[in-house]
Amino acid sequence: MGLALMVLIWLITLVSTYFFAAKTWWLPVGASSAAGWIDGQFTLTFIIVGIVFLAAQLGLGYIVWKYKETPASPPVPYSHGNTKLEIVWTTLTTILFIGLNLMGSPTWASQRYPFDPDPSAVQVEVTGMQFAWYFRYPGADGKFAKTKASLMDPSAGGEAAVGLDTNDPSAKDDVVTGTMYVPVNREIDVSLRSVDVIHDFFVPQLRFKQDAVPGLNIHLHFKPTQIGEYEIACAELCGLGHYKMHGMVHVVSQEDFDKWLAAREAEKQ
Amino acid sequence: MATSATVHSHAPQGFIRKYIFSLDHKVIGIQYFFLALTAVLVGMFLSLLMRIHMVWPNANLPLMGEIKPETYLALLTMHGTIMVFFVLTTAPQGGFGNYFLPIQIGAPDMAFPVLNMLSFWTTFVGFVVIIAAFFVQGGAPLHGWTGYPPLSAVQSSGPGEGLGADLWITSIAIFCLASLMGALNFITTTLDLRAKGMTMMRMPLTCWSWFITAILGLLAFGVLLSAGILLLMDRNLGTSFYVPLIVVNGQVMGHKGGSPLLWQHLFWFFGHPEVYIAILPGMGVASQVLSTFSRKPIFGYRAMVYAMLAIGFFGFMVWGHHMFMSGMSPYSAFAFSILTMCIGVPSAIKTFNWLGTMWKGHLRFHTPMLYAIGFVSLFVSGGLSGPFLAQPVLDIQLHDTYFVVGHFHLIMGVAAIFGIFAATYYWFPKMFGRMMNEGMGRIHFFVTLAGTYAIFMPMHYLGMAGQTRRYSQFTEVAYQTKLLPLQTFMTYAAFVTIAAQLIFVINLFWSMFKGPKASDNPWEATTLEWITATPPPHDNFGGKTPVVNHGPYEYGVPGTGRDYLMQTDPPNEKSGGH
Repeated sequence: MGLALMVLIWLITLVSTYFFAAKTWWLPVGASSAAGWIDGQFTLTFIIVGIVFLAAQLGLGYIVWKYKETPASPPVPYSHGNTKLEIVWTTLTTILFIGLNLMGSPTWASQRYPFDPDPSAVQVEVTGMQFAWYFRYPGADGKFAKTKASLMDPSAGGEAAVGLDTNDPSAKDDVVTGTMYVPVNREIDVSLRSVDVIHDFFVPQLRFKQDAVPGLNIHLHFKPTQIGEYEIACAELCGLGHYKMHGMVHVVSQEDFDKWLAAREAEKQ
Repeated sequence: MATSATVHSHAPQGFIRKYIFSLDHKVIGIQYFFLALTAVLVGMFLSLLMRIHMVWPNANLPLMGEIKPETYLALLTMHGTIMVFFVLTTAPQGGFGNYFLPIQIGAPDMAFPVLNMLSFWTTFVGFVVIIAAFFVQGGAPLHGWTGYPPLSAVQSSGPGEGLGADLWITSIAIFCLASLMGALNFITTTLDLRAKGMTMMRMPLTCWSWFITAILGLLAFGVLLSAGILLLMDRNLGTSFYVPLIVVNGQVMGHKGGSPLLWQHLFWFFGHPEVYIAILPGMGVASQVLSTFSRKPIFGYRAMVYAMLAIGFFGFMVWGHHMFMSGMSPYSAFAFSILTMCIGVPSAIKTFNWLGTMWKGHLRFHTPMLYAIGFVSLFVSGGLSGPFLAQPVLDIQLHDTYFVVGHFHLIMGVAAIFGIFAATYYWFPKMFGRMMNEGMGRIHFFVTLAGTYAIFMPMHYLGMAGQTRRYSQFTEVAYQTKLLPLQTFMTYAAFVTIAAQLIFVINLFWSMFKGPKASDNPWEATTLEWITATPPPHDNFGGKTPVVNHGPYEYGVPGTGRDYLMQTDPPNEKSGGH
């Protein structure tokens, strides 16, 4: 019984570890400036946790096999523990866990602590609603026009869906689209909103995730570094269409971005 | 103490007072156990339907037809809620805690027997109410077991958000009331009804775990109860605690100024301690069983007690780690993150001490021992994904993905269930007077251990690859469709694992009537439940009051003739520890 249990525990441990180490399934290749830092911290955590995982599980399997009761077993040592060992173990795990945490903190701070937006950053307002994403660009004046709840009409899509107040003069050059375009290697200043329930704007390759909360306007930034098309998957349960609340981010060259935006402006006029 | 002993010395006569509205903690414990067993079979069946739908969304099932996306979300909500409340909270604490806390501390009953009966029947009503949500118009709610508003607060936000959602909240509120009654009873019993010589530091670690769990319950369930009442008011009385100005389907709702994050703070202030409410009794049982079947004293008894206290204490200061992506202040994420890492330390101490307990022991592989070993393995696996999720910077990638689903299923789902299995196989002889079948127990164990790893370990891979949770199907997002083969594998693993649970159910009922008769102390264990008759008489010790002379885990004491000292054995100068 001890042997069977050891074999099973070891097998589970080694097979599980293999698929992590072989990266059969792993984080998708990063396409933003944050990816390097986040992936580095992920790998560091993975190595440390992996060592503890292997040591604990393989040790458990070994003990189970080694100390099976037999007629030849030596008498058990009568012991209630070892305070010195407990203290060493406690100190080690404290240093390990807190240290790991502190190492990841600067990256968190750089991604999430309030920042002075780069004045040259590309502004995009992202609005979530059951079950679609809309993206608004402020146009040449750099200002988003007001939106009004009473004007929101999701079935009409576009400007009407986000409730754009067309009486506001700065609405004239606001562009609302169903697909997100951003230029590569530029800071993108995202304003995240929701009109109904909580949604979550998640783009795995950009290492970007944030809830869109009704009543809040959440500012975040990222810098895409690879031209390509990336899928947005809603990551907060938002109702029966949650699984199909899907969108696309197109990271394009500055030139293509300018062309695309000019074409949208032209369509609007 | 003396008065309560005399009051309850006469067993009630008549079927109803004896088996239905009984005041006997042992009967109430068994009632809780069977309620949880019913609930877990329901919850497991729901998960089976979910696994089928995720992989074959257009499957035409007998009697049910095709499962629609909103039905999937209703299954998901009910699976989570039933499992967390009516299984993981009910079985370890209400079931085994009720039955064995008084016996293990040498008391004739709980401190408040009427309150005890009331708390069981209140829980029962809560269960009936939540099951009713399936059968009302619109069906069960689709907002998940966490019920985030505005989704859960506005009737028009989706099917099931009408009467079904009201019943869901009402059921949880009823459950909170029942748990508050239970918690008061457990705390008072532990503090006031211990037998002579049963100091706090001589209590079995199971009693410590039930005691600490009760304190957590007392502090956590009150908050959830209040939060639930506010949500009911937002839904039905037009208040705006959780709902700002919103537009649902083009309709401006009447709310304004509320904060969706308020619910998340209140819910997780309950929700995180709830994780420990589910797992602490499992830790207690694992300690008890590992020591008994290793024939060695528990390694570091005091460290185990302090570790549980530390886990309970820190458990109340980490709720924000569920909210790193919620829009909460990023500065507070830093604090919540550090405190969460701190919980890893007492958890590591416990693991270390379980291994230390088995080290150089005489391991006897009865079924409860197998489950306790499985518990340690799952606790390690489920716990170690914690340091990933505790770091907000990694949570950017992992939050609300299958990585989280794998993490909490391994630790608070399956590890806690393994604790319940260990407790069932360990205490069944005392509760029902017969032994369970070891052969069936072993098959059940090996299939369940391998099966649960096959279901829940791949979830970590899926999460890293970006598979979001709570998707009813994976047909709409291209990168997720590619992960379908792994999901299919997990569904097959679930078929096998669920089938193996039938072995347990058969073993349970077969042994109850046909198992070989159990002696008073079949495991050669040391704690007080093993000095009394099997099953124990109405007042637990047949009119005698035990006097305790030893700590709970005196195995292998040199020069005593046999390899263990019962807690009531005469004082022995060689027994160390306590």
